[in-house]
Amino acid sequence: MLYINCPHCGMRSQNEFSYGGDASVKRPELNKELSDQEWDNFVYNRKSLRGKHLEFWQHISGCRQWIKVERDTATHEIFKTFKADEEVA
Amino acid sequence: MTQAFRIENVGLINRDKKLSFKFNGKTYFGYEGDTLASALLANGVHLVGRSFKYHRPRGFFGAGVDEPYAVVQLYRNGETEPNIKATEQELFEGLEAKSVNCWPSVNFDIGAINNFLKIFLPAGFYYKTFMWPKSFWYQIYEPFIRKAAGLGVASTKHDKERYEHKYEYSDLLIAGSGPSGLASAYAAAKNGAKVILAEDKPRFGGTLLTSDVNIGNQSGKDWAEGIIAELKTMPNVVVKNRSQIFGYYDHNMLVMSEKVSDHLPSTKKYHPNKRLWYIRAKEVLISSGSIERPIVFGNNDTPGVMLSSAAKEYLKVYGVLVGRRPLVFTNNDSGYETAIEFKKHGVDPVVLDSRKNPESEIIDEAKNLGINIKNSYVVVAAQGYKKVKSADIASISEDKKQLGKMENILCDCICVSGFWTPTIHLASQSGNKIKFKEEIDAFVPGQSKQNEITLGAANGVFSLEETLKNSFKAGSELSKKITENDIEIAIPNVVEKKSSQHDKFWCVPLPKGKNYKRFLDFQNDVAVSDIEIALREGYRSIEHVKRYTTLGMATDQGKTSNLNGLQLVSEIENKVVPAVGHTTFRPPYTPVSIGAIVGREVGKHSKPTRKSPMHSWHEKNNAVFVDAGVWLRPRYYKRGNENLFEGSKREAKNVRTNVGVCDVTTLGKIDIKGPDAAELLNRVYTNAWLKLPIGKARYGVMLREDGIVMDDGTTTRISENHYHMTTTTAQAANVLSHLEYYLQLVWPELNVNVVSTTEQWAGAAIAGPKSRDLLQKLFPNSDVSNEGLPFMGYIEGDLFGVKARIFRISFSGELAYEVNVESDYGNFMWEKIMEVGEEFNIQPYGTEALSTLRIEMGHVAGSELDGRTIPYDNALEGLVSKKKDFIGKRSLQRSAFTVEDRQRIVGVVPLDKQTSIPEGSHLVKDDKAPLPNPKLGHISASCWSVEYDNPFSLAILKDGKNMIGQKLFAMSPLKNKVIPVEIVSSHYVDPKGERVRS
Ligand SMILES: [Zn+2]
Repeated sequence: MLYINCPHCGMRSQNEFSYGGDASVKRPELNKELSDQEWDNFVYNRKSLRGKHLEFWQHISGCRQWIKVERDTATHEIFKTFKADEEVA
Repeated sequence: MTQAFRIENVGLINRDKKLSFKFNGKTYFGYEGDTLASALLANGVHLVGRSFKYHRPRGFFGAGVDEPYAVVQLYRNGETEPNIKATEQELFEGLEAKSVNCWPSVNFDIGAINNFLKIFLPAGFYYKTFMWPKSFWYQIYEPFIRKAAGLGVASTKHDKERYEHKYEYSDLLIAGSGPSGLASAYAAAKNGAKVILAEDKPRFGGTLLTSDVNIGNQSGKDWAEGIIAELKTMPNVVVKNRSQIFGYYDHNMLVMSEKVSDHLPSTKKYHPNKRLWYIRAKEVLISSGSIERPIVFGNNDTPGVMLSSAAKEYLKVYGVLVGRRPLVFTNNDSGYETAIEFKKHGVDPVVLDSRKNPESEIIDEAKNLGINIKNSYVVVAAQGYKKVKSADIASISEDKKQLGKMENILCDCICVSGFWTPTIHLASQSGNKIKFKEEIDAFVPGQSKQNEITLGAANGVFSLEETLKNSFKAGSELSKKITENDIEIAIPNVVEKKSSQHDKFWCVPLPKGKNYKRFLDFQNDVAVSDIEIALREGYRSIEHVKRYTTLGMATDQGKTSNLNGLQLVSEIENKVVPAVGHTTFRPPYTPVSIGAIVGREVGKHSKPTRKSPMHSWHEKNNAVFVDAGVWLRPRYYKRGNENLFEGSKREAKNVRTNVGVCDVTTLGKIDIKGPDAAELLNRVYTNAWLKLPIGKARYGVMLREDGIVMDDGTTTRISENHYHMTTTTAQAANVLSHLEYYLQLVWPELNVNVVSTTEQWAGAAIAGPKSRDLLQKLFPNSDVSNEGLPFMGYIEGDLFGVKARIFRISFSGELAYEVNVESDYGNFMWEKIMEVGEEFNIQPYGTEALSTLRIEMGHVAGSELDGRTIPYDNALEGLVSKKKDFIGKRSLQRSAFTVEDRQRIVGVVPLDKQTSIPEGSHLVKDDKAPLPNPKLGHISASCWSVEYDNPFSLAILKDGKNMIGQKLFAMSPLKNKVIPVEIVSSHYVDPKGERVRS
């Protein structure tokens, strides 16, 4: 079980969180003309990479904040966690 | 009955407490502090089971967790448990155990015929033989294998025992209480660190209990007892025996199974049987010691052949002689320690040492005691079927290839020592890159991935002095990093005998003309010849060899067999062991009870049960409950002998003719506040929300980004910046997370707050033509006329002194209202409604009638919004705004969503107006078409229409728009039904929606 540092609450076990997918994906702005390809890329296409991955998690049984977690998908190492509005360096 | 092999005044057992127990139906006696194994051996019982494949007789091989044979079925306090190691099970009064793997009995076993057929049971036999013919598998092979094999029988009864889970955090977690565990725990504890020290056995001390050493001028055992006693007094230390750390997971989380009650005849009141500890440790110190390796020789599985360390442990801890004519077969000095113990207790051993002329203090001591030692000698084969009677021995050449002349020597046990294998399972599980250490012919931990360190024998260090020095240092330094204390600890002086180099020898060659079985894996019956076959057949990867031969795949996970298997493969392949590699160690290290893993989450506790504030009223009024997610909801209120069908029909009919009341507390409720609340709703729902007036409700549908309907519900504008959203019962939590996702991550500029208020409000739906009359009497001071409170209107009212929210919304299609009060007044509200409603013939109705009412009105619910449908499919496209953007809108342009013959909701009526259509039935054109019969749609929900008094269903049907009036077949192979049906509009009752507006 992962041990995740919630930027709001501190170190908490994974079972307090729920996973929210790739955090590098940005939702297109509302009312923007989009090709099928652009929309597919947002809704479906993910890199599913091996290694360092920036992802969303929600501290669902804690502060209910969505946070960003930089995690290695192969080793599960967590490098850093960020608040939702924090810039990822 | 005397315990013929128990010797006086030796051991750590309590001889004042005699215990009786039964094994295979026969009564024996042992003492408190015995294991089942030591007590059986004290009684001279060596035959405990049959082997897995060949059903050869099996005895005891080890004295603890490494035991491959002595697996029994245990009976305790009316319960039974399989797969119990007799070497780990502590004796208690009244214990009963039986052998496994034998049928009909351990002494006469039909499966042993496999032993004579063993030529037919080589590696991969099951794969090769039982593959063909396929039809034989279920009828012949599987039942045969199941009957003849297996490691016991799981109980089919409900487990009365209770199991607990515990979450714990520590600075240091130390696995194993041998010398390295004790020293590191002591040093860390002195520095004030929070320490958990876990020992799988009942007694602390590990090898210190059996080895002949001195620490600080005391015996090793006394020193260990002193340290444990001191640790137990320290508030920052938790010391746990009978506790096995079996898994090392990510981010330094380890799981430990504590056997709280297994050593007692029955579990004490309020105690669990086992307690599973989830421990998050800053640092992990692995001091799990090592396990002695066997040397492979002919018939080395005969009862009476065992590890020399086990023989020593039986003697020193339990005062039990495993034989009176022991033969010790060793390639290192450890065998001598066992021989010396035998000699000291009046038994004359013979030592066979594969080495030519080893010299050391221990060997000198053995010689001085007059022990018969034969150098360059090996055991070629054990003789005896159910027990060792003698051994064929021979001298061996220095290159270990040539055997001398065979001799037979009488003996009743053979104690084997092939040197030591560090127990690296936990380190390996943690992700440590283990490495092969040439000097000890075994793997040791290498580069750490997590915060772990391995000490002592587990790290391949077999000198006590070095182990203590390293361990005190490690405990001290690791704790200093955490507590910043640095208490100096004097390292005690150590007296131990120095050992000489072991012999790199692990397998005795076969003599010419002999074909003895030489076993590598004792639990799965994998012999040298099986590995040879696998390699001949082209298996190369050690992982493949393992699976093909099942080497190391039994419940002991190859604790005594892995390394010898690797040695064999490397020898045949002419490679070094590290080049062959090693198989992966995975948790659990030892078998763990399923009960312990499940913990308390069984039966009613497997999920929380949520009840509405009116629950006790429902109970008192004969409600039959149904699980709705985690909620318990009344399904119908039983009157007399009514069944579900009759009861729900009566309730639904009463709603259509009079008035009914339904508990709708379970609906998800979300409070939405802020100046941008309307903008949020406008982006989340498919329809327009910017112009909703205060005091008005609106029905809305929300999508996922992929265009699929996520949920529906009504949202009401309470005041300028305050909205009250309702969701379906099932999606309440997901919708809240969904809103939070967009507010926090996608549109943080929106000034809105959302919070769940599901539990703050109790809700009652009042539905039926007389609902307005009832409402007027409940709220005499409010104007609830059609003008004062029109359809989709909202007002606040005073319910006999209680503030209430009144929504004019309808799920039943009738004139209907929903009244909410704060949860604590829920029951008050309900009783008032029932009391005032009496004159209008009010009846409560449950979820079954609720479903009936919504189905015949064509209102969609969870069975249509099933994660596969878009608004069009549910005839909700009218709610999809063309003007504004919203979540998931762009997906609705996908070609599959816009095709002409897109699926769509329809009504379905059986032609005979009698036969109910099972939910899930498929709609097909031709009931006689060959399979697979093309499916046009499926029945999503069925009811008995109270309006028309015939069955009615909803279905999602391909090209549903153009199918009205068509005749199809509803087929349910599960229920074996084929029903001719007619497709009708989904709005079966009141298609114009006049009643809700009346
Ligand atoms: Zn948090």
